[in-house]
Amino acid sequence: MPRETFILIPGRTSRQGTSLNVSKLAGEYIDEISTVFLCPEDMRRLGLIDGDRVRLRSDQGIAEVKCEAAKPGELPPGVLFLPYGDASSRLMSGDTHGTGMPTSKGIDVELEKL
Amino acid sequence: MTAELKTELKVVSNATCTFCGCVCDDMELTVEGHRITKAKNACVLGKAWFLNHHIENRPVATIRGQAVPLDEAVEEAARILVHARYPVVYGLSDTTCEAQRVAVAIADRIGGCIDTTTSVCHGPSGMAFQGVGEVTCSLGEVKNRADLVIFWGSNPAESHPRHWSRYSTMPKGLFVPNGRKDRTVVIVDVRRSKSAPAADLFIQVRPRSDFESLWILRALVKGLTLREADCEVTGVPLAVWQDLAQRMKSCRFGVFFFGMGLSMTRGKHLNVEAALALARDLNAHTRFYIKPMRGHGNVTGADNVVSWQTGYPFGVNLSRGFPRFNPGEYTTADTLARGEADAALIVASDPMANFSQPAREHLARIPYIALDPKETPTVRHATVAFTTATYGINTPGTVYRMDDVPIPLRPAFDSPYPSDQEVLTRIERRIRQQLSER
Ligand code: SF4
Repeated sequence: MPRETFILIPGRTSRQGTSLNVSKLAGEYIDEISTVFLCPEDMRRLGLIDGDRVRLRSDQGIAEVKCEAAKPGELPPGVLFLPYGDASSRLMSGDTHGTGMPTSKGIDVELEKL
Repeated sequence: MTAELKTELKVVSNATCTFCGCVCDDMELTVEGHRITKAKNACVLGKAWFLNHHIENRPVATIRGQAVPLDEAVEEAARILVHARYPVVYGLSDTTCEAQRVAVAIADRIGGCIDTTTSVCHGPSGMAFQGVGEVTCSLGEVKNRADLVIFWGSNPAESHPRHWSRYSTMPKGLFVPNGRKDRTVVIVDVRRSKSAPAADLFIQVRPRSDFESLWILRALVKGLTLREADCEVTGVPLAVWQDLAQRMKSCRFGVFFFGMGLSMTRGKHLNVEAALALARDLNAHTRFYIKPMRGHGNVTGADNVVSWQTGYPFGVNLSRGFPRFNPGEYTTADTLARGEADAALIVASDPMANFSQPAREHLARIPYIALDPKETPTVRHATVAFTTATYGINTPGTVYRMDDVPIPLRPAFDSPYPSDQEVLTRIERRIRQQLSER
């Protein structure tokens, strides 16, 4: 599968918020922050099914995660959603453009099926 | 006697949840010994917070992973900070204002940077406030008066689950007696989040077009004529923006809540400045307010405490003996990613999970001290780690709700671990002694 460019929006989810209270080192939290969501149309077009592993690559780094289809209508084509965590941090740049805040949402990434 | 009989059972009323910036202070906690077994009135996040913060069997302190007595760890922490040339004190959003105050004192003593997790959530908003100002109000006013409530780049259903029911959309208020029926709720976001179905109006903007969208609204509110082509970049037709601008001008009391969808996206403080200016402009037509949706339980307190003590909210350097504020230079994401900091004191936050890879790699290379009730990636890598009591559950103190209203904490049960304030106070005392011995 060729690499495709997407816009990645990391964000908070309910499951990420509840599971981090149990442990940030194992279990549900790790599963939640290691799952990227695509719109069903993009999943179909790229021949992906829930649970397939994909590699995300930004200017800054690489993260390997599993993918899942978002609810229909939740994400527009070309946009990925990834709950905040280790994988999203790997993809964000260390440069804050003089603000103290790395660009943490709306990151250009390439997606490749593993 | 069986173990159950020995366990004391009590109910703590009007306790405060410090998991998110809503800081709900109507919790009714059932406490059995060292465990909260019920958290009435808490949302799903609050329940997870209360039911999972019991006493874990961890050493009170470690040095390089080895359990040590508290005094020994305090000594080593003070030694690391006193000998550093460019130390940073960071975190603070999940602890009390009383502990935050001591952390600022430490940064002052060692001539380091003081920075909080604000710099990586609403830091750009803090910069924008300085540029434009904030037309502000309390959540109580929103509850009693707001008839138009806009959430932009925020997903309260998942990040602040009781915001709607307690403050902003559902409650019946003095001037909105029918509650939700008297209000129009608008969500603007790049994705149809879980909050969207509960809104009257959902506007899906293209990613990275918040700045343009907000300026389109400013232009329309000013009465300028725009063309359809001007709105193309936003992915939203002109008619939708015209309708929203009209609603904003004609409401009685409007409020604009914005999340990190504005502050973390390209444009950052410029996005927030556009939103602040829009709210300001609207006051030529009606009453309109704007507030950031603050995440952690006492991140607003951190802004307040650091502001009282240094004059600036975050990203402050004290190495010259007076405060200097410069986001991008003194903010921790930068001092770490550029490899400048040579020691760190991390209080109640987890940069090892949340920071960029270059920042995390540098943090792993330098000696640092971490205080946290739980084991986290940051605690795991710390040179000196302290297990502390959980604020609000084990320790009293003050926190600030997201609208800058201070709320007292009512702890549920005692912890065998010291509070952040106690550990920081001991470190600060040892720093003073070590400096005077030099
Ligand atoms: S909304 Fe926030 S403060 Fe209120 S109960 Fe839920 S997590 Fe706690």
